[in-house]
Amino acid sequence: MTGSGRHPALDCVHCGFCLPVCPTWTAWAREPDSPRGRIEIARAMLDGAAPTAEMVSHLDSCLGCMACLAACPSGVRYDVVIEEARARIEASGVRTSADAGLRSLLFSLFPHPGRLRVAAVFLWLWRITGLRWLTRALGLTRLVPFLGRLDALAPDLGLAEITSSLPASTPATGERRGRVALVGGCVQRVFFPGVNEATLRVLSAEGYEVVVPEGQGCCGALSVHAGRDEEARAMTRALVERLEASGADTFLVNAAGCGSHLKDLGHLFHADPAWHTRATAFSRKVKDVTEFLAAVAPRAPRHPIAGKVAYHSPCHLGHAQGIQDPPRALLRAIPGLDLVEVAEGDQCCGSAGIYNLVQVEASDELGARKAGNVLATGAPFLASANPGCTLQVLRVLREKGASVQAAHPIEILDASIRGKPFPGGGG
Amino acid sequence: MNGRASVSELAGRMAAVVGARNCFSEGPDLLTYECDGLTHGRTRPDLVVLPGSTEEVAEVVRLARAAGRPIVPRGSGTGLSGGARPVPGSVVVALSRMRRILEVNLEDGWVRVEPGVINLDVTKHVSPAGYYYAPDPSSQSICSIGGNVAFNSGGAHCLKYGFTVNHVLGARVVLHDGKVVDIGGPALDVPGHDLLAALVGSEGMVGIVTEVTLRLLRKPETTRTFFATFPSTDEGGEAVSRIIAAGILPAAIEMMDRLAIVAAKAATGLDWPDVGAALLMDADGPTAEVEDLSERAVKIAREAGALELRLPRSEAERQLMWKGRKSAFAAVGRISPNYMVEDGVIPRSEIASVLREIEGMAKERGLRVANVFHAGDGNLHPLVLYDARETGQEERAEHLGGEILRMCVRRGGSITGEHGVGSEKAAYMADMFGDDDLDTMKRVRAAFDPDCCFNPGKVFPSSRLCGEKPGPGGVEHPAVKSGEVYRW
Repeated sequence: MTGSGRHPALDCVHCGFCLPVCPTWTAWAREPDSPRGRIEIARAMLDGAAPTAEMVSHLDSCLGCMACLAACPSGVRYDVVIEEARARIEASGVRTSADAGLRSLLFSLFPHPGRLRVAAVFLWLWRITGLRWLTRALGLTRLVPFLGRLDALAPDLGLAEITSSLPASTPATGERRGRVALVGGCVQRVFFPGVNEATLRVLSAEGYEVVVPEGQGCCGALSVHAGRDEEARAMTRALVERLEASGADTFLVNAAGCGSHLKDLGHLFHADPAWHTRATAFSRKVKDVTEFLAAVAPRAPRHPIAGKVAYHSPCHLGHAQGIQDPPRALLRAIPGLDLVEVAEGDQCCGSAGIYNLVQVEASDELGARKAGNVLATGAPFLASANPGCTLQVLRVLREKGASVQAAHPIEILDASIRGKPFPGGGG
Repeated sequence: MNGRASVSELAGRMAAVVGARNCFSEGPDLLTYECDGLTHGRTRPDLVVLPGSTEEVAEVVRLARAAGRPIVPRGSGTGLSGGARPVPGSVVVALSRMRRILEVNLEDGWVRVEPGVINLDVTKHVSPAGYYYAPDPSSQSICSIGGNVAFNSGGAHCLKYGFTVNHVLGARVVLHDGKVVDIGGPALDVPGHDLLAALVGSEGMVGIVTEVTLRLLRKPETTRTFFATFPSTDEGGEAVSRIIAAGILPAAIEMMDRLAIVAAKAATGLDWPDVGAALLMDADGPTAEVEDLSERAVKIAREAGALELRLPRSEAERQLMWKGRKSAFAAVGRISPNYMVEDGVIPRSEIASVLREIEGMAKERGLRVANVFHAGDGNLHPLVLYDARETGQEERAEHLGGEILRMCVRRGGSITGEHGVGSEKAAYMADMFGDDDLDTMKRVRAAFDPDCCFNPGKVFPSSRLCGEKPGPGGVEHPAVKSGEVYRW
């Protein structure tokens, strides 16, 4: 429900302005696979229609990129509509057992950094022992497409990186301008530990003391986007408690998906007044790290990084949080760096949480389109502020045999402050 | 019904033509095609088919005809008169998949496109070369060229450049029997009857357009925009009349009243002041001419009582001002739970007095009306605001909408400027035309579509059945409701 007490699906006036920005409508031009169509389906469910397999397929095909949210002149809260509709689906038991099984497998892995780390160690072992070669040769990755998918997505990491951890507190360099807490993220922490380390270094260099509250679990973003509300609430509550205990009054996030969720916790707790107030107050203190840094005067000198860098705007940063300029401004301020835009930059890359694991075909279509547009810029470097997007775009680029180095904007900034070359891995 | 092929049988045949993914026959899929941009009044079609080529359209038409099904063509589904609303038992043929730009000829200034191409995409495609497609409905970011052709769509800049009909050079059309014909062509004029003029604005009753050749224009050397505020619509209306009477032809001159300004501000974050009325004007052409025209227009606006005149400081701000204007309809959704967009035309000189009369009519019924419209054409868009949850409000709003249209006719205007008659205004056609006029129109239609298989039940008022209350929001006859009488 929105503030008016009216269901947000009822606010849609059917103008269609959401269609051209929707990746699935753009790809297929079918009304049920558009935001306007999905709102109609959500309305039907609201009116008591039991979810059917067709309804589920159209609601599942939504990437949750929120481009429609930004395009809607009537201010329809599509994010709330889709999350509620998905919660109804999860509660209805309409999914086939195979589909439900895959989903519970994913949700028993991804939102748990500890388990994810164990899985990453296995993946590492599997890769270095030659087992990967064997399973590929035997065609097992084709038999179990999900395994092949995970393998193709996950970056090559050393064991030391997988098992690295962050210091609980990092002092400010020079005079202290403030104290902030960092949210570590799940996929970010395990697959991109370098991003968190760079974030700590940059914040410290800019004069901020950074605490990383211990025992951080998942923020619940993945679950809430998939309609697993109960699970999401439990995770969110636990994380908010941990973070609040740090006593910080600014909570910085460097993964766009986590940030967009943590900034908008109100509706998840609409039925729980005490937590609603607490979560809403917490959300006001959450900022994306690029948003935070772009708003303060830079202190650490930037060293040149020469080269063309393509900017990928993650949907959960650009559309869901409306953060367009801050990461670009931070990058443009680096001497020698030539920032270029990717054509159709508003379109989702097809990663979208667990989308690239459960909606393989559509995700591949969007990934190929995005990779093509990235390559068309001719830039050897890519800046991407969300781990999911980075994994997806790099995977497709690798498959195309293209060599593009990707890094989070904060890693690029870190390299500039430290006088190093463009960081990050690539295909 | 009447021995027609069963839906599943027909769905199977259609799927064989367009592919199973592009043929919908299940409830949840069909419900997303129950209405277009006009949401009150919905009908679920029996089938929705999305063909990908002229050949597929022709085959789909043949199959639907053989099965005795009415055919409702649909573009992006943004129409505001219910022109693409399905009729009972119908097959909706949605052209959204046919969106290729087939041929561009800049030397001769035309482009050939498929009907599902989005209006704005035509301009985007030729813009790097310095060209554009002139008709610009406010929904141009999503409305389709096919839909524009069907409704002879207008837009803010049609004041100077004319409506869709002035920009269509040729069309490929699938007729009722599946035959494919070409009308017109890239040349500016062809001999014989002007069939294109009969096709453009025919609201899907002549056939299904599968290719359109459009005129392209060179982008003007200079475009100057200004935004002027006024204490009320009286002064705003006066300014419009005087500007045009002075021989100035702006590219566009748009008016918004207080409610519309509030809505547009909410949707875009523009820092427009809280005033009774505002005008947004574009002057375009050679720089010297534009400078002279806008200077004179600004002077006239001041004399007419403008409070403030703003010039956008950058192209981005100019775009945002226009975005505010173009998203105003849907933005009204932010200030009212429901609304109806009306579309009437009045003589330009009567804007001020007509708006006052509308305000009075709304007050009498305890309703609010927002106005955002093409002032230069006298093309009003009163938005009647209401709350469907309040008993009786929707009905009162419908009546008010009807009264406004009748008043437009009384003032020497029309019941539609650009949104078309569709489902919504068929009942008001008789207020504008006599039986002879309507019969003549029907004969023209029948020359193309003798059995009325394309978009039946639209545009023309249907003869009244006993016990039936006519007009939108009217009561359907019990025999129609029960399926005993099947009316197209």
